[in-house]
Amino acid sequence: MTLFIQQLINGLALGGIYCLAAVGLTLVFGVLGFPNLAHGALFMLGGYFTYSLLVDVGLPYVVAIVCAALVLAVVGVLFERLIFHPLRKAPHTHHMIATIGVMFFLIAVVQEVWGTGFLRMDSPFAGRMTVVGAQISSQRVIIIVTAMVVLIALTWFLKKSVHGQAIEAVEQDRTGATLVGINPGVVSMVTFAVSFALVAVSAGLVAPIQLLSPTMGESLNLIVFAIIILGGLGSLPGAIIGGFVIAIAEVMASTYISVAAGEAAIFILLMGVLAVKPTGLFGMVEQR
Amino acid sequence: MMEKINPRLLGVALVALALLAAPLVLNDQPYLIRVTTTAAIYAIAAYGMNIILGLTGQLSLAHGAFFGVGAYIVGLLTTDHDWSFWGSFLLAIVATTALGYASGLIALRTQGAYFAIFTMALGFLIFIVVTRWESVTHAHSGVSGVKYPENIGPIDFTQPTTMYYFVLFILGGAAYTTHALLRSNAGRSLVAIRTSEDLARSIGVNVAVSKQLAFTASAGIAGLAGGLFASLTGFIGPDSAAIDVTFEFLLFLLIGGMGTVMGPVIGSLLVAFLFEMLQDLQSYRFIVLGPIIVLLVIFAPKGIVGYLNDLIPARRRRRQRAAARAEDAHEATSATRTKEEVL
Repeated sequence: MTLFIQQLINGLALGGIYCLAAVGLTLVFGVLGFPNLAHGALFMLGGYFTYSLLVDVGLPYVVAIVCAALVLAVVGVLFERLIFHPLRKAPHTHHMIATIGVMFFLIAVVQEVWGTGFLRMDSPFAGRMTVVGAQISSQRVIIIVTAMVVLIALTWFLKKSVHGQAIEAVEQDRTGATLVGINPGVVSMVTFAVSFALVAVSAGLVAPIQLLSPTMGESLNLIVFAIIILGGLGSLPGAIIGGFVIAIAEVMASTYISVAAGEAAIFILLMGVLAVKPTGLFGMVEQR
Repeated sequence: MMEKINPRLLGVALVALALLAAPLVLNDQPYLIRVTTTAAIYAIAAYGMNIILGLTGQLSLAHGAFFGVGAYIVGLLTTDHDWSFWGSFLLAIVATTALGYASGLIALRTQGAYFAIFTMALGFLIFIVVTRWESVTHAHSGVSGVKYPENIGPIDFTQPTTMYYFVLFILGGAAYTTHALLRSNAGRSLVAIRTSEDLARSIGVNVAVSKQLAFTASAGIAGLAGGLFASLTGFIGPDSAAIDVTFEFLLFLLIGGMGTVMGPVIGSLLVAFLFEMLQDLQSYRFIVLGPIIVLLVIFAPKGIVGYLNDLIPARRRRRQRAAARAEDAHEATSATRTKEEVL
């Protein structure tokens, strides 16, 4: 029972990480209509930026994460302007191929700058807590709390702020949004900035409990795609619920069966859902 | 006189001649023959990808994995189980075709982005199986000592030139199949699906069956190329089933020209020799190639062959206009000349 509670909390922490990454991905999908296959690579980049700001520059942990998020937000705006804006009239296959190019580019750059080896980053919150007999590292509690706060802030941003409402409007009806005076170019930029900032936060949070490596984004990439497909592409509640479902399934399968089973569980779950409902659990918009 | 030569045919003939004559020029450099053979094998796989991506317009990210499965079947059967190359090669083709069929049944229920992500997950799942199923695949230590094709009569496949011509023969088959497909109803159905699935359905194309056939065939061709690759290199590791392989196929197609007959072979050869030249920059390879991909997609999505194809009709139209003007001027003097003759 202690093991179960411990793994449940680990699953929730992992779920928080997955949610932050998946929500950003699903926002971009909702607004631009294509999956950003470089999302995992940006996650990795966010992790390395946080590492450098913390270790090399010597900023406090929280400041380092916020700065990394800001840097990635700028990267997001640049990507939108340089790559996806020129492609806005091209078929979606081209967007996806472009994002694959970005993915390989980022992995190669990180390998050149930070090396191919693993990097370790210590958590400033090193302590442990005891919850119902289970030992939980403070970092995991921080992750769960931060993820909750960020997700609530994001929901507030999308529902209440002008930019957030514009994002939702473009997601629902691009032409209609343009007609009422919303500039889809600006909305795209804001969406990319928010999406990339979120993935940087999730990477900064996970860095102290995982090792950093140039390939750390690869498995995350597939996991977040599994999540947003499971939830239905473009659905925000779907991404949040999917994030926790997949994280807990992964942690439990690795604990009670094997590590490989944990990895495979995600994709078997994903393929199962797609075989039954090709648009995901919460997916309503017909996908072209 | 010049007007009688079809520039497209001329291009194909030149490429074919260059490929056929390559070993004569490179006779004293077996290494370069090997590089060309490897490029030709990749070109075969790119033809496979061309059917599903170039013709049908569906981005499949599982093709590197199909290539890997073909490579592993030949690799494992010829080493651990002492099969002949030919037997295992045949099985590799049959098995990857069957795998393509089975995964197509689920994958093709999805469309667009879902399809790309689904196939990416499928590719990753195959990669996990290859790296984790150590007792069968040897995981990270890979498979070494893969057999060369056994002699057929006097034909000795251990000669680099023989292997080269064998691969070239299959490559020619792949190019011809694409050519024939583009002219057939089946191929036109695929192109119609690329343009608009609803439109294709409304003019009576059986979209589900067409896509299933395209995906199955393209998986089988990727597996075939994988089998050849294992035999040529003699060693395969999990890298041959990774998504990087899919990315390279994409690169070949994009540079050569998606959906064209000659695109895959031109793209593969060009990139193979580019890689050869950039070998000192091996680690920087993707720093260069990533932006190239992005720039190509934005500025030249049709690739080299697509670009050249676009030039031809423009030139022909100019010639036709010039001929028409000439005819107007000479109408009085050459009354017997008909417009058809000039065209």
